[in-house]
Formats: sequence, structure tokens, C-alpha cells
Amino acid sequence: MLRVENASFEVKKGRKKLVILDDVSFSVKPGELVVITGPNGSGKSTLAKIIAGVEMLSNGKIILNEQDVSTKDCTERARMGIAYSLQAPVHFKGLTVRDLLQIASTSGETFCGENLAEVNGLLEKVGLDSGQYLDREINSSLSGGELKRIEIASVIARNASFTIFDEPEAGIDIWSFNNLIKVFKDMRKNSSEHAIVIISHQERIMQLADRIIVLKDGKVALDGKSEKVLAAMGDVK
Amino acid sequence: MMDLDKIERDLMREVSGVTEIPEGAYNFRVNGKSIGRHSSDRIDIIPKHGKSGIDIRIANDTRGEIAHIPVIISASGLKEAVYNDFYIGDNCEVTIIAGCGIYNCGADDSIHDGIHTFYVGKNSTVYYIEKHCGIGPGAGKILNPTTKLFLGEGSRAELLMEQIKGVDSARRLTEAELKKDAQVMIKERLFTHGKQLAESKIVAHLLGDNSSVDIVSRAVAQDYSVQNFSSHIIGKAKCRGHSECDAIIMDNARVNAEPALDAQDVDAELIHEAAIGKIASDQLMKLMTLGLSRRQAEAQIINGFLK
Repeated sequence: MLRVENASFEVKKGRKKLVILDDVSFSVKPGELVVITGPNGSGKSTLAKIIAGVEMLSNGKIILNEQDVSTKDCTERARMGIAYSLQAPVHFKGLTVRDLLQIASTSGETFCGENLAEVNGLLEKVGLDSGQYLDREINSSLSGGELKRIEIASVIARNASFTIFDEPEAGIDIWSFNNLIKVFKDMRKNSSEHAIVIISHQERIMQLADRIIVLKDGKVALDGKSEKVLAAMGDVK
Repeated sequence: MMDLDKIERDLMREVSGVTEIPEGAYNFRVNGKSIGRHSSDRIDIIPKHGKSGIDIRIANDTRGEIAHIPVIISASGLKEAVYNDFYIGDNCEVTIIAGCGIYNCGADDSIHDGIHTFYVGKNSTVYYIEKHCGIGPGAGKILNPTTKLFLGEGSRAELLMEQIKGVDSARRLTEAELKKDAQVMIKERLFTHGKQLAESKIVAHLLGDNSSVDIVSRAVAQDYSVQNFSSHIIGKAKCRGHSECDAIIMDNARVNAEPALDAQDVDAELIHEAAIGKIASDQLMKLMTLGLSRRQAEAQIINGFLK
């Protein structure tokens, strides 16, 4: 499904080179749910951006379904089946929730019939009432938690073969958190072909995982079955 | 509908939504002449003598009526100044749908100066919708709208003014005088491209206690186009004024925003906000990760912004 091979990412800070990701390799199989965790600054969000094509690798490869997508931009990767949920949702002046979900689910076709029901269902999944939210602008009039849930809905709407969530629980209240867990469980149940990667610090999300990868200082510190990694995590910290 | 060719019909629909003879009062002005006029029981439309234009007289207590007064110019080189005066009684709630579309395929500029003056009585609400657009490969499509409002006590006006596309040059003046408890909301949407020039000047005189004005201008300037926006709120009583100018600048365009406030009463509360910037990169990125190309993402963002 997805392989990250010897991925490195460096940025220049003044005259110095800062290594954010250092020779990271792992793979995700169809049907798998993998959680990536690790301390702040370990390179998790950068890894998500690199997989989505928002940032380009300095070295290494990203292979999606046996195709090297390392040089493809984020549009192409999205069209090839990668979905990416941002840690910090974006504000739009004028675009409504309906517009965003429409773009995400139908590449711009108009909602009608089944489609509309599907969209209502999407908002319900993330705990939002569609009647109340569909025509709201995606701007600062919405709370952080609402924006985050809309962000997650926009990514579920894509029904992509590979989805990466960057800290989906950030800013979400406990009720929505329970919904969120259900969202991930449903995503798994609905398809044995689709793979999910979740960047998270939450134990309850880690418990959903088949595998957990721990990043530290831009390197893979641990990669294994969730119970083993959970047990061993104390040592890495 | 009427005696219009396809281009004229399309323009008519674009600027006023009219596809067939509407109910109620209307005046259709095409190439300098009225090609259809109708008064309703409560809205009288009377042509002016000695100069171009109409008087629209709306009786007291008229509620829920719509008057359509669109203008189409398809004759290249036509230049006109049209004076439309609206006399709106007390306790009314009416909608005026104006708008002008120019098709120019010739070598000479086509110019429409529409001067609309509203005299609004007490406790009335007026919705005014004005869309402008230009099409055709010919010379200038020039629109210079002036909208003046005199709002009586307790009256309210909502103005939606849009310049959709294709207008080569526009000098807009919108001016309002508000008495006690009167309110005006002005929403402006400007889109310029190519080498177009658009100027918009909005002046609000808040004369009576508890009067208020809210100006929201959103603009997109593409290519080499130039936009000049100014708002001037003058508070002479216990009043509230707010002006918000938000512009997206692209390519080699230029946007100049000059909001001004003039408080002449200690209880005048006046605020202005102005922001100009390019399309935010995180907005583009989000839409591109949903599978849109950069171009498609830009178009979605602009459409949403100007909606």
C-alpha cells in the first residue's frame, strides 16, 4: 500500500542544516491501522506533510501502490488516493462547509439525492448537525473543535485508499472524542483495502492500532505490534 | 422574452436574473430606450421629461413587492447618463433589482452612468441589488454608478452591489444620509482582471441618534488591474459605523484601500478594518490535498470569497 523508504527532510536555518527526518523507513499494508507517536518535535507532522506531498523529501522515496510518488505534488497524490487531515484546520472566507464537503466528495459536482444524504451522514459522524452547519462559512465564527471536526469530515468524504490524520483529537471535547474513535472503527470495518495512519498521543487511539511507530529526533525509534510498543514505550521516553 | 437577441437575453439574466416578463413593476432599458415598462398598483414608474431616466414612486405601506429596472447595452459606442429617482413611502418593504450589462464588439467605448437616488420615508426597508458585467471583444465597457440614499427615521437599506467581470472601467460613488434610527448595510463585491480599473467611494453621513452603517467590501484584483477603494464614515450623532474592506491581490494587480472615519460626536462609535493580501497558501494547500489543481483551488477560493 504505502512505503516510506529512507526518507530524509532537512531545512536550512541560517547557515546550518536542520535535520527534521533522518532516514525514516516503514510500510503500511492494506487494511492496516497504524498510529505514529512520539515527543513534540520528533518530525511526525513533517512526515504527514511529506506523505501528502505538501513538503517534498530531501532524500528517499514514497511508494504508493508500487508507484513512486516522491516527485508528485499534493494534487496528484490526492488524485492517486492519498487523503490528509491537517493538524490545524484552515479558515476560508466565504467557502461554506457544504462547499468544502462537495469539493472533497465529488470533485465539484452538485449535491443531489444520495449525495446529500451522504454529506449529512458525514457531518453526523463527526457529531455535527448538518442543518445547522452545512451553510456556515468555514471561518473564525466556528470554534476550534468545530473546525477540526469539519476538517475530519472533509477527509472522510474522500474515501481514499490511504488516509493520514495528524492529531485528529487535538481541540476536540470528550463527546466528540468518543465519536472520533467510532469514526476510525467504522473506517476500518468498511474496508479491508484502505489503510489509515493516525498521528496521535492518545492511548485510546493507540489501542485501536495494529501497529505503532514511535518517532524520536526524526528517526524511527520503535515499530511493532501495538501491545509490544505500548509496553516498550516507557523505555523510549 | 421581449425583443432581445441571445446575447442580450444572457446579459439580462446575468445582471438581473430576469428570463421572462416579471410580475410587478419593471422598466427594461435596452440601448438607450425603454423596451418595456409596467407600473403596479403601488409602484408607479414614470419616465422623466428633459433627461433620461425614470421616477419610481412607491406608495406608503407597500410590502413584499419587487421592481426590476435592468439596463442592457449592446450597441457599441453608446454613451448615456440615466437618472432614476426612487420615492419610497413610509412603512414599506420593497426590493429593487437594478444592474447593467454591456456587450461591446465595436471600436468605440460604451458607457453607462446610472445615477440612482433614493428618498426613503419612515420605517421602511429597501433591498437594492445591482450587478454589473461586461462582455464582448470590442472597446471599453464602462460603468459609473452613483447611488445616493436619503434614509428617513427608522428606515433601513440593504445594498448588494456586484461587479462580476468584464467591466473595463468603473467609478462608483455610494453615498448615504441617515436620520434617527436609520440603518444602512452596503455589501460590495468587485472583481477586476486584465487592465481594468475600478474605483469605489462610499460615504456615509450618520446624522441621527442610533443610526448605523455597515460597509463590507470584498474585492479580487487579478492580472494588471487596479482598484481604489475608499470609505468615509462621518458620525454626527450617537451612532455606529463599521467599514470592512478585504481584498485579494493577484499577479501584477494593485489595490489601494483608504478607509476614513470622522467622529463629530462623543457618542459616535466608528470602526474600520482593511486587509489586502494574496490568497493564503494554507487555503490553497488544503484544497489541493482534496485533489484540486492550483488553478481550480484558486477559482474555488475566489468564488467563495466573492459569494
